Amino acid sequence: MSTEMQNEAEIFRGTTEGATRFKDHRSVRGTPRAGMPAFVLGEELAELAKTDDRIVVATADLASANRTNDFKDVHPERFFDFGIAEKNMITAAAGMAACGLVPYVATFASFAAILGAEQIRTDCAYPKMPVRVIGTHSGMSMGFYGSSHHALEDLGMLRVMADLTVICATDANHLRAVLRKSVDHPGAMYIRLGRGRDPEVYAEVPELEIGKAIRLREGSDLTLVATGSQVRASLDAAEALAADGVSVRVVDMHTISPLDRAEIESAARETGAIMTVEEHNITGGLGSAVAEVLVDLPRLPFLKHGVPDRYVEVGPPAALYDAYRLDAPGVTAVAREFLKARG
Amino acid sequence: MTHRSNVNYAVLEDRAKFIRTETVRLTRIAGAGHYSSTFSCAEILAALYYAQMRIEPSDPKWPDRDRFIMSKGHAAIGLYPVLADLGYFDPSELDTYTRLGSNYGDHPDMKKVRGLDFSSGSLGHGLSVGVGMALAGRMQGRDYRTYVMLGDGEISEGQIWEAVISAGHFQLGHLVILLDRNGLSIDGHTEDIMGIEPVHDRFAAFGWDVQRVDGHDLPSVMGAFETLPEGTTGKPQAIVFDTVKGRGVKRMEMSLDWHVGNLVGEDYDEVMAELEAGLQPYEPEPAE
Repeated sequence: MSTEMQNEAEIFRGTTEGATRFKDHRSVRGTPRAGMPAFVLGEELAELAKTDDRIVVATADLASANRTNDFKDVHPERFFDFGIAEKNMITAAAGMAACGLVPYVATFASFAAILGAEQIRTDCAYPKMPVRVIGTHSGMSMGFYGSSHHALEDLGMLRVMADLTVICATDANHLRAVLRKSVDHPGAMYIRLGRGRDPEVYAEVPELEIGKAIRLREGSDLTLVATGSQVRASLDAAEALAADGVSVRVVDMHTISPLDRAEIESAARETGAIMTVEEHNITGGLGSAVAEVLVDLPRLPFLKHGVPDRYVEVGPPAALYDAYRLDAPGVTAVAREFLKARG
Repeated sequence: MTHRSNVNYAVLEDRAKFIRTETVRLTRIAGAGHYSSTFSCAEILAALYYAQMRIEPSDPKWPDRDRFIMSKGHAAIGLYPVLADLGYFDPSELDTYTRLGSNYGDHPDMKKVRGLDFSSGSLGHGLSVGVGMALAGRMQGRDYRTYVMLGDGEISEGQIWEAVISAGHFQLGHLVILLDRNGLSIDGHTEDIMGIEPVHDRFAAFGWDVQRVDGHDLPSVMGAFETLPEGTTGKPQAIVFDTVKGRGVKRMEMSLDWHVGNLVGEDYDEVMAELEAGLQPYEPEPAE
């Protein structure tokens, strides 16, 4: 068994072998684990809750996998495990929000966003309840667990909902910034996380404004507009492309809705070509959102890079990122092809 | 937990009549409305708002108020007049009912209706909202009750049973289901479409205390309310109200034709006169 697969087993119940490691995993609760930065979720919420008694946390039988048990350890009276009942959890959070609380409810993105979509719309967004639905293990980061556990449609499904802020955390420090900003943010939010092993982009907690992209690298020939796991891959691709003599701008488009239209307009005007990069179905996500802006602008070379519109193969996550060209070499290759075709 | 003095049943009876006549009046403005689902819960609503709930209409956001969630949101047409009558908003606002830009649609919006504790319309959600409100109240040290009105057809929704399980697990003794057991859903009798009996045993099996009473007999309705326990822990409470869909208007009683309808002209006048005369004994059609 590869290290990759062992790690997967650790974070997911369901196999005898995994169950043994799961117990070991629980025994190191609260200990920062190298390379697993998104596990700051429970820790950061626990810290925020020390000075804000409105904050409550709930999960649906995944407290270990998403580390909300780090919150439970500090604030057990403000933690609720709803069992395997995501719809009830999301709607109950809306009921709590109606009583003045700020609930954070976390589970795998496939269940939070796709199973819970109607509850997010009807009970959170429509009545403007400050519920923060946190979808962990998004995209295809669940690897060989298969399409039932992937969330490659969540951005497309949720960004079309009015009064719902949709935001992708880039790495651990970015997640901390998102959570800090989220406490007093008006209305409902969907916060999309990877599986907790996203490579570092931000060495420190960044200054963050929800709805405003972060320009991470300047460039004049092409802009890579990336979100979530693909920000690191795009930065590395930009570095590789620099060796080719191509000057690439990289934008962390963390907020998918409302979208930072001005940043896209600047990229169009100043770099003349745009490529979006996302761990999401090529239909409906970041690329589609950016295209909706570009359709109002003078025509320019534009490419959406993501997962093709079909259910992906089974495989360890790293193998999937390689196969679908959503790692640094893959993004670099796709960008080179795009630039070549552009001429 | 509740303010209860001597119950004036004449007042409650009159308010139940008011709920029905207002439903008929407002439906004519809209051109279509949910008469029969509202008529079946008129006595329950009247007893709840005029004799049972701890509320303060001058302070609709009072943190210690009892909460009510109309999970069968299509009966909001009967709730709006009650809220207006109690002073949450000017009754004349209801003249805009369902017209472009009105605050009052067929399904209720908490951001637009003063006194409404939560939006509804998509069946199966309201009990989960109630679970959240009950958990929040207990956590905040408040002793309010949360009442959730469910339709009998509504409890076929799976989310209801997620919420039923969780309320039992969390011991939400201050959460109360008001089940309007009127026997019909849109396509037919519930037991023909998707059976829910034995509903008493089903709730009980999930750890709820269950009562079953006549939902049109006001002393029975109040009697059920009066046995609700104090405190914010213990078994959650379900009251199954046996009711008659369309109760109060002969042509609508247990009829599948009036889930949504519109009365105009002489029909309107006849039905209003029938309602003004008060509830007559219910005589079910002989079985075919």
